[in-house]
Amino acid sequence: MARNLTFHIFRHNPADPASTPHMDTFVLNETAAMTLFIALNRIREEHDPGLQFDFCCRAGMCGACAMVINGRPGLACHTQTRDLPESITLLPLPFFKLVGDLSVDTGVWFRDMYQRVESWIHTTRAFDPSKREARMANATAEAIYELDRCIECGCCIAACGTARMREDFLGAAALNRVARFRLDPRDERKDADYFHLIGDDTGIFGCMGLLACEDVCPKHLPLQDQLAALRRRMAGTALKHRLPFFRNVRKARPAKA
Amino acid sequence: MQIIYTDVLCLGAGLAGERAAVEAAQAGLGVICISLVPARRSHSACAQGGMQAALGNGAMGEGDSPDLHFEDTVKGSDWGCDQEVARLFATTAPVEIRRLAHLGVPWNRVTAGVHTYYRGGKAFKKQEKKEREGLIHARAFGGTSKWRTCYAADGTGHSALYAMDSRAAQLGVRVHDRMEALSLIHDGHTCLGAVVRSLRTGELVAYLAKATLVATGGFGRLYRHSTNAVINDGGGHIAALDTGVVPLGNMEAVQFHPTATVPADILVTEACRGDGGILLDVNEERFLQHYEPEKAELASQDVVARWMAHHIRQGKGVPGPYGDHLWLDIRHLGEKHIRTRLREVDALCQTFLGLDPVRQLIPVRPTQHYCMGGIRTDKTGAVQGLKGLFSAGEAACWDLHGFNRLGGNSLAEAVVAGGIVGYRMVEYVQGAEVAFGTRLVAEHVGRQQARVDALLQGHGGVENAYDVREAMFDVLEDAAGIYRNGPDLERGVAQLQEIHARARRIKLRSNGLGANPELALALKLPGMVRLALCVVCGALQRTESRGCHAREDYPERNDRDWLTRTLATWPEGADRPRLTYEPASRVWPLPPGERGYGGGAIIPATPTHDAAPGE
Ligand SMILES: Cc1cc2nc3c(=O)[nH]c(=O)nc-3n(C[C@H](O)[C@H](O)[C@H](O)COP(=O)(O)OP(=O)(O)OC[C@H]3O[C@@H](n4cnc5c(N)ncnc54)[C@H](O)[C@@H]3O)c2cc1C
Ligand code: SF4
Ligand code: SF4
Ligand code: FES
Repeated sequence: MARNLTFHIFRHNPADPASTPHMDTFVLNETAAMTLFIALNRIREEHDPGLQFDFCCRAGMCGACAMVINGRPGLACHTQTRDLPESITLLPLPFFKLVGDLSVDTGVWFRDMYQRVESWIHTTRAFDPSKREARMANATAEAIYELDRCIECGCCIAACGTARMREDFLGAAALNRVARFRLDPRDERKDADYFHLIGDDTGIFGCMGLLACEDVCPKHLPLQDQLAALRRRMAGTALKHRLPFFRNVRKARPAKA
Repeated sequence: MQIIYTDVLCLGAGLAGERAAVEAAQAGLGVICISLVPARRSHSACAQGGMQAALGNGAMGEGDSPDLHFEDTVKGSDWGCDQEVARLFATTAPVEIRRLAHLGVPWNRVTAGVHTYYRGGKAFKKQEKKEREGLIHARAFGGTSKWRTCYAADGTGHSALYAMDSRAAQLGVRVHDRMEALSLIHDGHTCLGAVVRSLRTGELVAYLAKATLVATGGFGRLYRHSTNAVINDGGGHIAALDTGVVPLGNMEAVQFHPTATVPADILVTEACRGDGGILLDVNEERFLQHYEPEKAELASQDVVARWMAHHIRQGKGVPGPYGDHLWLDIRHLGEKHIRTRLREVDALCQTFLGLDPVRQLIPVRPTQHYCMGGIRTDKTGAVQGLKGLFSAGEAACWDLHGFNRLGGNSLAEAVVAGGIVGYRMVEYVQGAEVAFGTRLVAEHVGRQQARVDALLQGHGGVENAYDVREAMFDVLEDAAGIYRNGPDLERGVAQLQEIHARARRIKLRSNGLGANPELALALKLPGMVRLALCVVCGALQRTESRGCHAREDYPERNDRDWLTRTLATWPEGADRPRLTYEPASRVWPLPPGERGYGGGAIIPATPTHDAAPGE
C-alpha cells in the first residue's frame, strides 16, 4: 500500500527580514525506493521551490546532506523513507551555523578544525620527485584508511553532549582525525605534540565518553575505540611530562568509567 | 559591491583546483579557491576506483612503463586525444601518485606471496615479489595492457582530495565555499577574475586575480540520469563560453559508464570488473565475451557501455519498473574482498539497493558519467582566447581523453594537469602586469546584477525553471545518448533552441532571497541549455563514430575527415554555437590504427594530416 508521508520541516531564511523560524508541513505520496533526497527534491519542485537543503553526491559519500531526521542526525541521501514512519520531522543539524531551512554551514567549521588540530602530515622530509615512494605495510595503509573514511558530515558533533554545552569542543571528527595522523608513520609528531593540540577540555578531556558519536556516524567509524585510546595516551602523556594540565586529567578520569 | 583581490583565483576546489592552488601557494603566491560546496565535498571525493600511473610494482604490472600508458591512453581515446598531452601525462603521473603518498594518501601496497584473482568468473593465481613488498600496488581497469590503477581501497578520490586539501590548509590557501562563479571578468583579451554569487547571502562579489583557473569539473548534470554529483552542472563551462572568445572542445564527447545502479544512478566502480566482476543478462548468462572475445568486461568504457545498450536492444535486458537493466555479478570475489577492497560498493548496495553483493546480483545500466569535452587549453593549461585564464581537470579539454576517457585516467589527470597548470600560472603571474579597470569590473558585475534583479522582480517571466530543465533533459536523453543519429540530433537542435528561449523567460515562484535554490537554477539554466546545444550541434555535425560518439547513420570511424577536435564558441546574440575544427593532435607518434577492441570499420586517413580535416 502506498503511504502518504507527512513532512514537518524547519524553515527559516536569515536573509529574509520577514522570515521567522517555524515548521512547515508537506504531504507526498511515497514511491518505491524513495530516499529523503528524492522526497526533498520533489517538495522543492512540486511545492516550495525556495526550500533550502544541501545534497551533492547523493550517494552517502560527501557528507553534505546531514540533518536531524526524526530526532536523529543522519545523512538524508541514504535514508530510505520505507525505514521511517508516516510522519517525518526534519531539522537542520544543531551546533553549526544555519544557512537556511535544512542547510547549515559545516564547511567553515571544519576548515577551522583543520587549523586547530593541524590536520596534515607533519614531516621534515621534502618530496623528492626522482625517488621511489617510501614503503609501507599494506596492513598499515588499511588501518589508516579506516580512519581516513570520515566524510566530515558533522553528525557526530550534532549528537554530542559536550558540543551542546561548549561550542569550542573539537568533537569526535577532530579527535578521530588526530588518531588518524597518530597512526600514520609519515607524520613525525609525537604524543606531546598532539597533547598540545587536544590535551584539554576543548579536546579529548572534554569528551564524556557517552558515545552518541559512534552511534550516529554514517560511516561506522570506530570512534569509541579511538577516543578511548587517545584518552589513555594523552593522560599518560600528561603524567609523563608533568604538564600543568595534570589536574584536568584527573578530573576527566571518573567520567570515563 | 565587494571586491576581493588575489594573485591566483581557482574556480573550483576539487582535486584539480586544489593541486594547482598548492603549486601556486608553494611558490609564495596568494591563492583563493572558490567552490559551490566545502572543498572536500567536491565531486573528486566520490571517485572510488583509482588513478592510473605506470609504477609497475605489482606482479600484473611487471614491465609497465609510461610508453605503454601513453599507448593505452591514445587507443582508449580512439585517436582523438592530443598525443603530446598524453605523453606528458603518462610520464608525470607516477610522480604525482608518489607526491600524494608523501601527502598522506593510504595507497594499498604490495604484499608478497601468492594471491588469487579472477578473470571472466574464473580464478587464477599471481605471485607478488618479496622485493616489491610495501610499494604502491595497482589494480586492473578497462582498456589497459597492465594492472596500473593505484588505489586506496575504493575511496581513492576521497583520500586523495583529503590529502591535497590538507596540504592546501597547511599552506594557507583560502577556500571560500558556497560561492558560485557566474561569469568571467575580461576585456576580450585578458581575464581579470570572476563575478561570483554567494550561496549564503545571495550577494554578488567580484574576485579579481592576475591568473584565473577554471577547475569546475564536469557538466554531467545536463543529463537526467548521471553518476555525477548534483552540483556538476557546468557553471565553469558556461562562464567560459559566455565570453564569446573561449572555445569549448569536443563537447559531443560524453561518456556513459557501464555500471550505474538502477534506479538511483549511483556508480559502482569499474574496479568491480577490474577485480574480476562479470556482467550477466536476463538469463543470468555472461555475454560480453561474445562481442569482445579478448577483453570482454575489460574493454574500454565506451565499448562495454555500447555492447550493453546493444544487448538490451536485442531483448536481453532484465525488465524492471525503471526500464531494462543488466546484472553485475561480483559474488565469486568472496566476502573478504568485497567487504574490504570494495567496501563502498558493499555499503551502497546495502543502503541504496537493499541487497548484499556477496550473495546477490547488482542491477546496472550505462549512465552518463564523464565529459571528455571542455574548456580548450594548450598543453600548459592556458585557455585559448583569453590571456590570464587557465583550466584543468574535467572542466578542461586539455585533451588527454579524446573521444573516450580510460577509467582511472581522469583522477590522475586532475593532479597531473593541476600541477602543470599551477606551475604555469606561477610563471605567468610573475611576469604579468595587470591593471584592473574599475569600469570594466562594474560593468561585468552590473550585467549579472541586472539578471538577478530581473528575476527577483519577475519582469516578463512565465516559465517554471524545473519544467524547462525537464525539457532539456528529455532532448539530451533522446538525441545525445549512447547511440545517436542525424534526424534525432536535428530535431534536438531545434527543440533546444526553443528551450533556450524559454530558459530566458523564467518566473520565480519563491521570493528569491538569500541562498535561494530556485534563483540559482534560474540564473544557470540558459547557460546549461547553451552547453546542451554545443553537445547536440557537435554530435550532429560529426558524421562518424569515434569512441563514445556512436552515430547509427555513420558507423565507421572516419580518419580521413574527422581526425579533428570540435571547437564551439558562442558569438554574442547567436542562437547556436559556431563550430570550427582543428587537428586532434599536432604530432602522431602513435599513428591511427586498430584499438584492439570495439570492432567497427575505419576509413583510413590520407597519409598527410596537413589539410584542415573536418571541413
Ligand atoms: C561516481 C564517480 C566515480 C569516479 N571514479 C573515478 C575513478 O575511480 N578514477 C578516475 O580516474 N576518475 C573517476 N571519476 C572521474 C573523476 O572523479 C573526475 O573526473 C575528477 O574528480 C574531476 O576532478 P576536478 O577537480 O576536475 O573536478 P571536481 O572534483 O568535480 O571539482 C569541481 C569543483 O568546482 C566547483 N565548482 C563547480 N562549479 C562551480 C561554479 N560555478 N563556481 C564555483 N565553483 C564551482 C565545485 O564546488 C568543486 O569544488 C569518477 C567520477 C564519478 C562521477
Ligand atoms: S563520546 Fe565524546 S565526542 Fe562522542 S558524543 Fe560523547 S562526548 Fe561527544
Ligand atoms: S566521524 Fe562520522 S559522524 Fe563524524 S563527521 Fe566523520 S563521518 Fe560524520
Ligand atoms: S549528498 Fe553526499 S552524503 Fe548525502
